[in-house]
Amino acid sequence: MTPLLQDGPSRPSRFDLPALWRAVRPRSPSAVIVTALLLLGAWIMVFPFIWMVSSSLKPTSEVFAPVFTIIPKTFAGLGNYYSVLFDQPYPRFLLNSLIVCVGILVVQLVTAIPAAYALAKLKFRGSTILFGTVVASLTIPINVTSIPIYIGIVKVGLLDTHVAMMFPFFISVFAIFLFRQFFRTFPDSIIQAARIDGFSEMEIVLRLILPSAVPAIAAFSVFSFVAHWNDLYWPLIVVQSQDKMTATLSMMQYQQEFYTDYGKTFASATVVTAPMVIAFLLARRHFIRGITMTGVKG
Amino acid sequence: MATATTASPLQRAQARLAYWLVAPATLLILLIYIVPIAMVIAASLTDYTLVSDYFEFVGLDNYRRMATDDQFGNALHNTFVFAVMFLPAAFVVSLVLAIAIQERKQFRSILEVLYFLPVTSTLAAMALVWAALLDSRQGVINGVIAALGLPPLNFLGSQDLVLFSLALISLWSTIGFNMVLFLAGLTAIPKNLYEAAAIDGADHPLDRFFKVTWPMLGPTAMFVAITTSITAFKLFDVVAIVTRGGPDKASEVYLYLAFLEGFEYFNMGYSAALSLVFLLLILVFAIIQAVVVDRRVHY
Repeated sequence: MTPLLQDGPSRPSRFDLPALWRAVRPRSPSAVIVTALLLLGAWIMVFPFIWMVSSSLKPTSEVFAPVFTIIPKTFAGLGNYYSVLFDQPYPRFLLNSLIVCVGILVVQLVTAIPAAYALAKLKFRGSTILFGTVVASLTIPINVTSIPIYIGIVKVGLLDTHVAMMFPFFISVFAIFLFRQFFRTFPDSIIQAARIDGFSEMEIVLRLILPSAVPAIAAFSVFSFVAHWNDLYWPLIVVQSQDKMTATLSMMQYQQEFYTDYGKTFASATVVTAPMVIAFLLARRHFIRGITMTGVKG
Repeated sequence: MATATTASPLQRAQARLAYWLVAPATLLILLIYIVPIAMVIAASLTDYTLVSDYFEFVGLDNYRRMATDDQFGNALHNTFVFAVMFLPAAFVVSLVLAIAIQERKQFRSILEVLYFLPVTSTLAAMALVWAALLDSRQGVINGVIAALGLPPLNFLGSQDLVLFSLALISLWSTIGFNMVLFLAGLTAIPKNLYEAAAIDGADHPLDRFFKVTWPMLGPTAMFVAITTSITAFKLFDVVAIVTRGGPDKASEVYLYLAFLEGFEYFNMGYSAALSLVFLLLILVFAIIQAVVVDRRVHY
């Protein structure tokens, strides 16, 4: 665990002005310059979000006005968001994304945790081969297996269904790998003692191992949810009707050059981006740990 | 490993349970990884198209076709040009940021959050925003360029600039991720190494960097380099949303070509061969990582 994003020990309280001053007081000229540059860089990083939200509140004519203002001159936010949320099927798109992400995560956890426990703590023939297969599969991205999986889905007539959108991600070899490493650190003596006390193996998994693995499960859940919410590639392949479109996939609608209702475009972009950004701001440390422990981005 | 013949009843019961526990995962690994990989290899040796069920084995024709296919050459070229611009920047900028942020006593956590924000955001949506910011006539960025008295740049519409613009957008979406990995690596370096270096006369920040930070950061740096390279070769979302390979195929990168061949033109056989070459590239990176990191991780 790294001490990322921990608040400093002397965090000033809201009304303690001397302490606040001590915390932000400049220390040396070069430190001030570096801090200023870092804040400028941060402004550049955040600017696209500010521009997006600002434009989502503007009428189309003002989005590309010669001089950009953060606060709209004419406020068109209500109309833009009303249109996105009620005239267009955005609630449906968001629901589709939610169904797919939750469905994927539940199946991933239900299949990976027992397998990881068996690989970590039980002796059985074939465990080495299975674990080797898991490690080898770690390197295979969906882009490589998409063609046969797509053909299979077409042959069984499941194209354009939620199942098709979730299927390739029902197993996460990464989750198996991660949870196995985590379970291996669980002391064998406690498991032995539980067995002697008459616990069944299922009880051991559910009542001892699972509670101890909550941090790993939480981190993996964040990773899985973010990755599949933001995924464009697979929905682009298996989704055909607007009825099954995910929020992320809906962004493809705006690539046409003749689509010029910019206020609404960026209102929908804001609606699509908001869930992950808000979740990140609420659970910063979990997000950073979950996404970086994988070394796999989106 | 226990052999079943000499196993005690408890061990046999355990093994039986283990099979039940791994059965669902094993079945899914077969369906989602093993069978599809076997099918990709088989399909890459045929002229299969989804449009007709009739197909023939064509041996290595699909692989031979790559050697003479202008599209393949173009996609490979575009991907490398993109990677050459993107990779060094994604590495150096994140490292500099991590070192600068780590030394901050103020604003550290807010800076981390702001730089990391693009990593979690939906790139497909933010790509639309970037397309607007980079617009050749009305974009904010060209507004800044005009204010400096320079001629406007056609970031996404010019064949010479489009890969640079994609590198810029990818950089924006990646540096927060790399920065956090570097920060984790930096925090793990023991403070007393810097003190020892100072006693040896390494006081200047650059001395400290080359004598202590860089050598100690080896495994992290390797990991960042590998994952960033894989990210570079996986470039897809921004191309699919913003440029669709244009203008005139100047941003048709490798994965986008494989996608087009497979799912737009339905040349499944050729697309399968393209996917396998892509997998081979990723495997090369994975092997470099395994070999180099294993050798350098022991200090």
